[in-house]
Amino acid sequence: MSQRYASMFTALQQKNQGAFVPFVTLGDPDLAQSEAIIRTLIDAGADALELGLPFSDPVADGPVIQAANIRALKHHVRIQDCFDLIARVRADFPEIPIGLLVYCNLVVANGSDSFYQRAAAAGVDSVLVADVPLREGKRFMSDAKAHGIAPIFIAPPDASEATLKQVAEYSEGYIYLLSRAGVTGANDTVNAPAEALIQTLKDAGGAPALLGFGIARPEHVQAAVRAGAGGAISGSAIVSIIANNLDAPDTMLKELHTFVQGMKAATIRD
Amino acid sequence: MQPNHTKSERNTSKETMNEAEHTATRERLSPYFGDFGGQFVPEILLPALDQLENAFLDAQADPEFQAEFKHLLDTYLGRPTPLSLCQNLTQGSPAKIYMKREDLLHGGAHKTNQVLGQALLAKRMGKTRIIAETGAGQHGTATALACALLGLECIIYMGRKDAERQQPNVFRMELMGAKVVPVDAGSGTLKDAVNEAMRDWTASYPTTHYLLGTAAGPHPFPTIVREFHRMIGAEAKAQILAAEGRLPDEVIACVGGGSNAIGMFAEFIDEPGVRLTGVEPAGRGVESGHHGATLSAGKPGVLHGCRSFLMQDPDGQVEESYSVSAGLDYPGVGPQHAHLHAIGRAQYTSVTDEQALEAFQLISRHEGIIPALESAHAMAYAIERAKHATKPEILLVNLSGRGDKDIDHVRRIFAAQAAANGGAK
Repeated sequence: MSQRYASMFTALQQKNQGAFVPFVTLGDPDLAQSEAIIRTLIDAGADALELGLPFSDPVADGPVIQAANIRALKHHVRIQDCFDLIARVRADFPEIPIGLLVYCNLVVANGSDSFYQRAAAAGVDSVLVADVPLREGKRFMSDAKAHGIAPIFIAPPDASEATLKQVAEYSEGYIYLLSRAGVTGANDTVNAPAEALIQTLKDAGGAPALLGFGIARPEHVQAAVRAGAGGAISGSAIVSIIANNLDAPDTMLKELHTFVQGMKAATIRD
Repeated sequence: MQPNHTKSERNTSKETMNEAEHTATRERLSPYFGDFGGQFVPEILLPALDQLENAFLDAQADPEFQAEFKHLLDTYLGRPTPLSLCQNLTQGSPAKIYMKREDLLHGGAHKTNQVLGQALLAKRMGKTRIIAETGAGQHGTATALACALLGLECIIYMGRKDAERQQPNVFRMELMGAKVVPVDAGSGTLKDAVNEAMRDWTASYPTTHYLLGTAAGPHPFPTIVREFHRMIGAEAKAQILAAEGRLPDEVIACVGGGSNAIGMFAEFIDEPGVRLTGVEPAGRGVESGHHGATLSAGKPGVLHGCRSFLMQDPDGQVEESYSVSAGLDYPGVGPQHAHLHAIGRAQYTSVTDEQALEAFQLISRHEGIIPALESAHAMAYAIERAKHATKPEILLVNLSGRGDKDIDHVRRIFAAQAAANGGAK
């Protein structure tokens, strides 16, 4: 297993910071711009990356990220193109943790063993399969680990203690903690992240939790870090910047840079 | 008067509190059919699926629920439906074709059976809001009528393209009080409507039941839908035994998602002497790429919560299906069909648009029954079988729906064909 998440959390701990993790869909709006976007996110201070493989039927995503999936597929982005893009980023940034967010059919289409092998070869650290719950996850977990990839599971906000304990036991690298029910999407307000939930995951010996869904403003990041989360993941807010600037790539990159800087600044613990 | 409002409202929200307890003590249903099925949904939906399974198991064991369901099936939907022998289509053939007349059911197709069952389950779980997907509008219409009857709020997700093509069905649903929400994402068809309903459910499950329209989706839906359609095959079995004194040689049904077929097959799966045949839509021909013959031409994959066969590209992106019949136009198929296919218990074949349209005319002209285009696929296969029969054989076909909904569509196809032929001359 790669130690990149562990090293990142340790380093941030020493600096008294949480992690800010931006999410984008690979290949959105096209391959070349997607690579420029990802490099901008890193340059602006992203601690880790969460990257989505474009899929035809992204049922766990709200309208903004659905549209990103459709844009990428409209440009005929293939899965191998995405792995190649990751490999180029990995070559230049050997330390940054890179997580993949995928849908199950992309993992099994050519055999899950082959999928995790390709992911590992590209330099991916973790894989979260959005439509594979714990119950269906055993086989994916062992295939992931066989290739040194950390399996990630989701902790829902209303989960039973038994579910939370299992999430803590099975997830390596980090735990994806949902701020609320529903699908991805930016919110005006984020439900106060349940400190009790985070504590339960910690008590069960789980990896640090990253809070996701609806993280759109610096105060959301700050609230996550204050509640004891290891950091926060922001997707729809970032993808909206891409969607709003499709005809103005320079403005897009500038706005992304400013946004990530502001979100990263909010991870500093006081 | 809505006499069924109160009866099933016992065991409501208290039940949801004790899911874990329920799950631990009760004998669970298997989520898998061989290698197919499962629960491939975001973690957050599992409590909703567990609650549904518990409510279903309770209801199946509850004579009061069964009596209420049966009462509505008989007095509201018009069960049992008759079994009709083809009088003219098989002349000159030693074979007989019997048609199970689900076209005579209230709502115009088999779909209302299981919709009513699930709507009663929803009330039993204390849910007040129903969401459903619809392609052409048949499942949406069935759901809307059940919600009107049982006093439930009803939201129907429908691809925008479908909603535009099927304005009369949108109006029909709205007449019965449903809110129809057009879905813009993706291709604007059935698959996208399912995606949208699942998205709604991940945020709304405490108050909302997702009334899935076919024998697919995550466990326990394929099992629930089969059990709530099981009477189709059970009635037909008794009827054919009464008429012929023996079981049929072959049972035939069309397969899109596969709900009418699994309802018809269920009672015959353990009868080794009975052949089971599912007829998929070959559209413009399986080799054309424009079809919905998932089992004939797809490969295993995961979509909409279950592992089954799927039309997909080499990367695993789900492809668009196509059929002249909207009810069969789905790139996936129910997991139990995938299993019956894999173990060879059922065979799956396909029929093109052209063959189905021909059968549609033949049945209308010679039997005085205008079948749904979906059912015309099953009949096209049966008519062909009878034509080549060399010995007395009994073929049992599920005539799953009536063709009123297709009249305008078919009329336009024939007009276009006539114009094209005229132009060629």
